[in-house]
Amino acid sequence: MEYEPVIGLEVHAQLKTNTKIFCGCSTAFGAPPNTHTCPVCLGMPGVLPVLNRTVVEYAVKMALATHCTINHVSEWARKNYFYPDLPKGYQISQYDRPLAERGYVDLDINEEGKRVNITRIHMEEDAGKLIHDESAPVSYVDLNRAGVPLIEIVSEPDMRSPEEGAAYLRRLHEILVYLEICDGNMEEGNFRCDANVSLRPKGEPAFGTRTELKNMNSFRNVQRALEYEIRRQQYVLESGGTVIQETRLWDDARGTTLPMRGKEEAHDYRYFPDPDLVPVTVADEWIDEIRRTLPELPREKRERFIREYEIPAYDAGVLTASRAIADYYEQVATRCGKPKAASNWVMGDILGHIKEDKVEMEDCPITAADLGNLVRLIDDGTISGKMAKDVFEEMWSSGEKPETVIKKRGLVQITDAGALEAVVDEVIAANPAQVEQFRGGKEKVFGFFVGQVMKKTKGQASPGLVNEILKRKLSGS
Amino acid sequence: MESHYLTVHELEELLRAGETTSLEITEAMFRRIDAVEERVHSYINLMKERALEAAEASDRRRRDDAALGPLDGVPIALKDLLCTTGTPTTCGSRFLERFVPPYDATAVAKLRAAGAVILGKTNMDEFAMGSSTETSYFGVTRNPWDLERVPGGSSGGSASAVAAGECAASLGSDTGGSIRQPAAFCGIVGLKPTYGRVSRYGLVAFASSLDQIGPLARDVEDCAILLSVIAGHDERDSTSFPAPVPDYRDCVGRSIKGWTVGIPREYFIEGIDPAVTAAVDRAVSVMKDLGAECREISLPHTRYGIAAYYVIAPAEASSNLARYDGIRYGFRSPGERELLDLYRNTRAAAFGSEVKRRIMIGTYALSSGYYEAYYKKASQIRTLMKRDFDKAFASCDVILAPTTPTPPFKLGEKTDDPLQMYLSDVFAAPANLAGIPGISLPCGFTADGLPLGVQLLAGYFEEGKLIQAAAALEKALFTEQRRPAL
Repeated sequence: MEYEPVIGLEVHAQLKTNTKIFCGCSTAFGAPPNTHTCPVCLGMPGVLPVLNRTVVEYAVKMALATHCTINHVSEWARKNYFYPDLPKGYQISQYDRPLAERGYVDLDINEEGKRVNITRIHMEEDAGKLIHDESAPVSYVDLNRAGVPLIEIVSEPDMRSPEEGAAYLRRLHEILVYLEICDGNMEEGNFRCDANVSLRPKGEPAFGTRTELKNMNSFRNVQRALEYEIRRQQYVLESGGTVIQETRLWDDARGTTLPMRGKEEAHDYRYFPDPDLVPVTVADEWIDEIRRTLPELPREKRERFIREYEIPAYDAGVLTASRAIADYYEQVATRCGKPKAASNWVMGDILGHIKEDKVEMEDCPITAADLGNLVRLIDDGTISGKMAKDVFEEMWSSGEKPETVIKKRGLVQITDAGALEAVVDEVIAANPAQVEQFRGGKEKVFGFFVGQVMKKTKGQASPGLVNEILKRKLSGS
Repeated sequence: MESHYLTVHELEELLRAGETTSLEITEAMFRRIDAVEERVHSYINLMKERALEAAEASDRRRRDDAALGPLDGVPIALKDLLCTTGTPTTCGSRFLERFVPPYDATAVAKLRAAGAVILGKTNMDEFAMGSSTETSYFGVTRNPWDLERVPGGSSGGSASAVAAGECAASLGSDTGGSIRQPAAFCGIVGLKPTYGRVSRYGLVAFASSLDQIGPLARDVEDCAILLSVIAGHDERDSTSFPAPVPDYRDCVGRSIKGWTVGIPREYFIEGIDPAVTAAVDRAVSVMKDLGAECREISLPHTRYGIAAYYVIAPAEASSNLARYDGIRYGFRSPGERELLDLYRNTRAAAFGSEVKRRIMIGTYALSSGYYEAYYKKASQIRTLMKRDFDKAFASCDVILAPTTPTPPFKLGEKTDDPLQMYLSDVFAAPANLAGIPGISLPCGFTADGLPLGVQLLAGYFEEGKLIQAAAALEKALFTEQRRPAL
């Protein structure tokens, strides 16, 4: 029997506010344990949460970017369970009335595309973390992360393959990072994903029994875990068994999913409205205000680049990978007026160097204006493309303007036709044998002449002009 | 001078006139505490050294003509669930026996800023769960009027301290009657403000949607003075209300002629003590004498109040008390190797049986499959009760009712019968469920000399009306000055 996988994803994204969701503590990552804490996030007796307004603003941004309906009034709820990383014994989250509902994102994964519907987006606080010393054995509690704001984005079970799952995740990630509301670093845990997977016979409308997958800390692992789990469920079904509804952890080293122990899973969270917080009200005026601050989103930007700059879809994809790259490219393209050439320089030289030197796009030593000018200097024939590569290298290492480098190195191209003709004549006169060969049909010799001219001009001759003059003179006219 | 039975406003006058000093008053208070505390046991912890320093600082301000207001130099006691830096805040529980908060509750900070001298922390039912102060880990408090009887609860220590002259006034908290019921039992005045009138920051939570801090004092004017100091919006409590705070003292001494007083017929149920009914009848006739119209009204959902209260309060408590897990502060069961053992044994050893009972009730009420039938239903009843009061206050200025169905009962009388104990809050809890303010004031004595109380209720943020009516009633009711025979 042919089975069809049904996948839904729950994404937790840490919002990069300066302070925590219900107190004034810093959210900075990597501080010594328990230094970013206060009575409120430590859950001491008698303290009360006070909502950080920026958290709502960021969550509304994501809701708008994913076409959700925003609830004008949403409600906080307590999710009750015991764990040492959860200081109050409950997590403040949203349950019955979340901030936003019923949105979608479109994926460009095949010809017709794919729409994944979003069930809801809600706000909540993160828990702290435990550090286990197995040798002692003892566990330490670090509550720096307790109270860091999160949004949870829950999709409908709309995905039908691990590839679609991965594409959906990348899309959400890209939007969050573009909105500058999440760092999106999966290793640091500020973008996390759980998956619900089930199988059903192809054509069957009802869903099969699902399992929930956790502990996947990279895009690759999400896809691998989904692939494994689909194969596992298929095996169970094909061998006449039934899939058990359970939570399974991805084991990266073994490449398998394993069931969580029953004890850890048997939770009744006893959600109820949090009496310490008033409902969150979001007025239309505020929504409009936030909407006006939304940047162009990656998918729209890609489409515009293809349309406006007439560059290939592939280029548009690379150039919109981040807002910094896209902004940089647009400035280069505008400055030089040669969008395709600009794309080649940014994709090849800039991104290559960025990767090689491990610097951030924001710290690129060559300004977009300077690179634009460099491209223009090639275009107007001041320097050759080959010279430009050398100029680029020096610009990268020194941060100097292209004009400065060209002047310093005396790199100005010889574009005086009269002067070049004299050189060409000299070369032709000095190499009669090669002239004979060329005229006898051996056109490869042409390169030899170009090389000779370049050598005599120390590489400063305009290649286009050299070609033109050589062709004319060698063909004997 | 025997200053320990003076009111806050009397002390204020003496201090202002330079006839006494805060140090003198404070030292006298500690002498009084030494004399009666063994019998009454109002306090869990005293803060003598710090109190004497505060008194001296107040006297210096007084000398420099820089007194901070009516509370400057006045000795006040705090229920031991109001967080205080430098002194344990135990909530009457073994779990927090040695817990010293690194912060003051907002109400405490406001008292300190007003120059009040804080004497110590008063006894209470564990985590405010009780109506008799018998569930405290630190032993029972006795009613100063009859040492064989309870002072009421949960703010029993705050009430007995005022009644026994161990402080000028005190702060308590009222979740389902915990200020008004002990005030009635101890023959003093106790005011529960509107939910949101006083910041809950630093008040250790029992049931967050019901808890309110309020004053217990010897007369209505003292309650007004304290309320004006502690009320107001607090950035650290999102549920505190951003309305300006009037000087409630201005409402004392004004006529209530022409007011309408509602008498809810549902508050005169079977089983109510005849002495209580007689006291209320007397209050009604005094109100009429004052020119108010007393009219029978109906609050039809009253009879569901106690049931709704005993679902909502334990539900919230079960969540609020989850933080006492032995991980970060407070009691921890020693030598545990496994996490679950640590949780179980810590909570088993550190919580008393009433707290455990309510955690279990609340956990059950919120459980999957029961939520709709219990918590949700109780919340709906709560809405209906709010509507009852809204309707009543559309035609009444205040409501007059008994505070409790009986006079103070005997120690141990109801400890084995939680339902009987819970019913002692039957007239008090509706105000908490609705969020409206209420005040209990003395209204005579039983034949055995036990104090009786009567309760007034008003609409949201109508503390001014409440105080105006209570002060008028208090003045007109006054017949004789009685003190407990200690």
